[in-house]
Amino acid sequence: MSTMSPIPRRSFLAASGIVSGLLAAGGPLSLIAPSRAWALEMKTLTSSQGAALMSIARTIAPHDGLEDAAYALVVKAMDTAAAADDHVRAMVDSGLATLGGSFATQTEATRIAALKAVEKSAFFHFLRSSTLANLYSSAIAYAHFGYEGEAFSKGGYLTRGFNDLHWLPEVPLQDSGPGVGGG
Amino acid sequence: MAQIAHDDSDAVVIIGSGAGGGTLAHELTRRGIKVVLLEAGARQSLASFSQNPGEAFAQLTWLEPRTTSGSWTVREDYPGLPSWTCKTLGGTTVHWTGATPRIRPWELRARTTYGAIAGASLIDWPIEYAELERYYELAERRLLVTRRHGNPGLPASNHFKVMYNGAKRIGYKQVHTGYLAVNTRPADERGMCIQQGFCVQGCKTGAKWSTLYTEIPRAEATGNLDLRILSRALRIEHGEDGRVNGVVYRDENGRELRQRARLVCVACNSIETARLLLLSESARFPHGLANSSDQVGRNYCRHTAGFIWGVFDKPIHFWRGTTLAGIVEDETKHDPKRGFAGGYHLELAALDLPSLPVAGFPSTLWGRELGFLMDHYDRMAGMLINGEDLPRATNRITLDSTVKDGFALPVAHIHVDEHGNDAAMRAHAQQQGRAIYDAVGAVRTATSRQTPATHNMCAARMSKNPRDGVVDAYGRAHDVANLFISDGSALSTPGSANPTLTIVALALRQAEYIARELNARNL
Repeated sequence: MSTMSPIPRRSFLAASGIVSGLLAAGGPLSLIAPSRAWALEMKTLTSSQGAALMSIARTIAPHDGLEDAAYALVVKAMDTAAAADDHVRAMVDSGLATLGGSFATQTEATRIAALKAVEKSAFFHFLRSSTLANLYSSAIAYAHFGYEGEAFSKGGYLTRGFNDLHWLPEVPLQDSGPGVGGG
Repeated sequence: MAQIAHDDSDAVVIIGSGAGGGTLAHELTRRGIKVVLLEAGARQSLASFSQNPGEAFAQLTWLEPRTTSGSWTVREDYPGLPSWTCKTLGGTTVHWTGATPRIRPWELRARTTYGAIAGASLIDWPIEYAELERYYELAERRLLVTRRHGNPGLPASNHFKVMYNGAKRIGYKQVHTGYLAVNTRPADERGMCIQQGFCVQGCKTGAKWSTLYTEIPRAEATGNLDLRILSRALRIEHGEDGRVNGVVYRDENGRELRQRARLVCVACNSIETARLLLLSESARFPHGLANSSDQVGRNYCRHTAGFIWGVFDKPIHFWRGTTLAGIVEDETKHDPKRGFAGGYHLELAALDLPSLPVAGFPSTLWGRELGFLMDHYDRMAGMLINGEDLPRATNRITLDSTVKDGFALPVAHIHVDEHGNDAAMRAHAQQQGRAIYDAVGAVRTATSRQTPATHNMCAARMSKNPRDGVVDAYGRAHDVANLFISDGSALSTPGSANPTLTIVALALRQAEYIARELNARNL
């Protein structure tokens, strides 16, 4: 039995990349962040891989008004997954190589076609599931999509708009129930 | 709380603390019967429920691997989570939405009502509706179900107004805020619904019934319950007489222990119930405990399910309000003219922002269409189909010896090939759901495919003939006189109703039976 444990490939890769950008002026985070500049230092992926993954996330879940900082959180999660598992790292390396080095600078139609070609692969599943699981759970996303989140700490939505829709007729009492304070 | 010795020959052992096990524990202990309740998960509380959707999911969900095969689309859309169940004290009553419709009288006679259907293994229930109805009433009073026994309905949310007006415009008659085990005012030591919309993360006001803060503490208060959390049942053992006499489990420190038992009730939520019986094979029961019929794990049902989304050009804010407070009952009928057997409910359903793209759409959806839907998050409405699916002998829970859990035991393998009847029903429901939204001006509609099962049923079903199932009309194993099944796996067929109310009703009935038989020394 060998006592050698395989040394993860990542330990040989000194270079890890950076993805960086600026928060949109007047955007929800720029108002509270100490600086508009942000940078994500990756654990294992290179800067160009980070840029490609960011572009992929925007192609899978395109929101033109949503700033890069939100998509950077997707890249961060992918980088963390790649750093933790050599199989994921290898899949990302080979998957991105297949898509080509200029992926991030292609037109959207070209990027879509390139992803369509690998849609059934484990690599694409990783890309799609990582994007969807991480793009919509941040404070940036909550603010962008207008999601108010938990309300227990504020007493729920009972008196904060759960029934403030007025573009349709009200529901008769027999099919609903007494409102706030009703008996 | 009682401390029951591991060699106490008087102990009833219940495995699982959800709707079935938790209710049964209360009902037996209040009758003076000593119960050891084994729960694999931890104990949360109203205070400890996380209000971060991702954290809440991790806190409550049964996350151990399950493998899958078959042609069902769940394999593609939700490969890591073919079924969404809980591992926490209170089981799935912690994350359920509180929906408590009843199974319809004709649904209890599924084989008779629908006739012989090729590729389906339908049977009639061994219980008459009039008998079950008595326990439905007891269960509804226990759970304080809205719109029953004088309880008011929940108020209409923005989200329900959309469903209601659309449904009425296309001619549906039975549309209302639903039968829910959710308090509209404080009662029975439970709080009231404050329309948070965080039902599946654990209800922080306790407005929603859960065994976690009703049946279980009440069972503890009797002094007859020995509750052991973080305790994972590994196998059920029997004596030479073929009667079960103990449960081997691991406690939170990893110690393997054996609790002696006079009687064992299994309530681990279908998949794990079937798995535990199969893991408890022996020379006498070579194919698994109580499995001489070879029916353990078979006929696994999940309900025909799926989301329907409507996108509008005006705000709805569908996350505000009780998640499932809306129902259309008109399609819960057997009308073969629609092109399928059985019926379905349409139920209001919203998802929080992080969960919607992960749970609400098929894996084939991405790009601009996905972007469009998510960009309208505050203008979306949603509903879930909850329809009767057909049991098939080949839709089945087995053991997968190629993948082991943390206890070195084979994990559950789930094989499903959806019956054509289920697909036809889903297509009909999707068409009706889209029509509801179109009638109130939807700019776009979308659907998911089958969603991960939160309703796992029929894998150890009740049957009149021992050949057709695993347990009798009281949930007692045909093969083993002192072994009971006390969860949704005992349902003979799924019907079109969310199963919790039926599970509670059957547990109340089973508790009466067990207490009576124990007193008469028949068990």
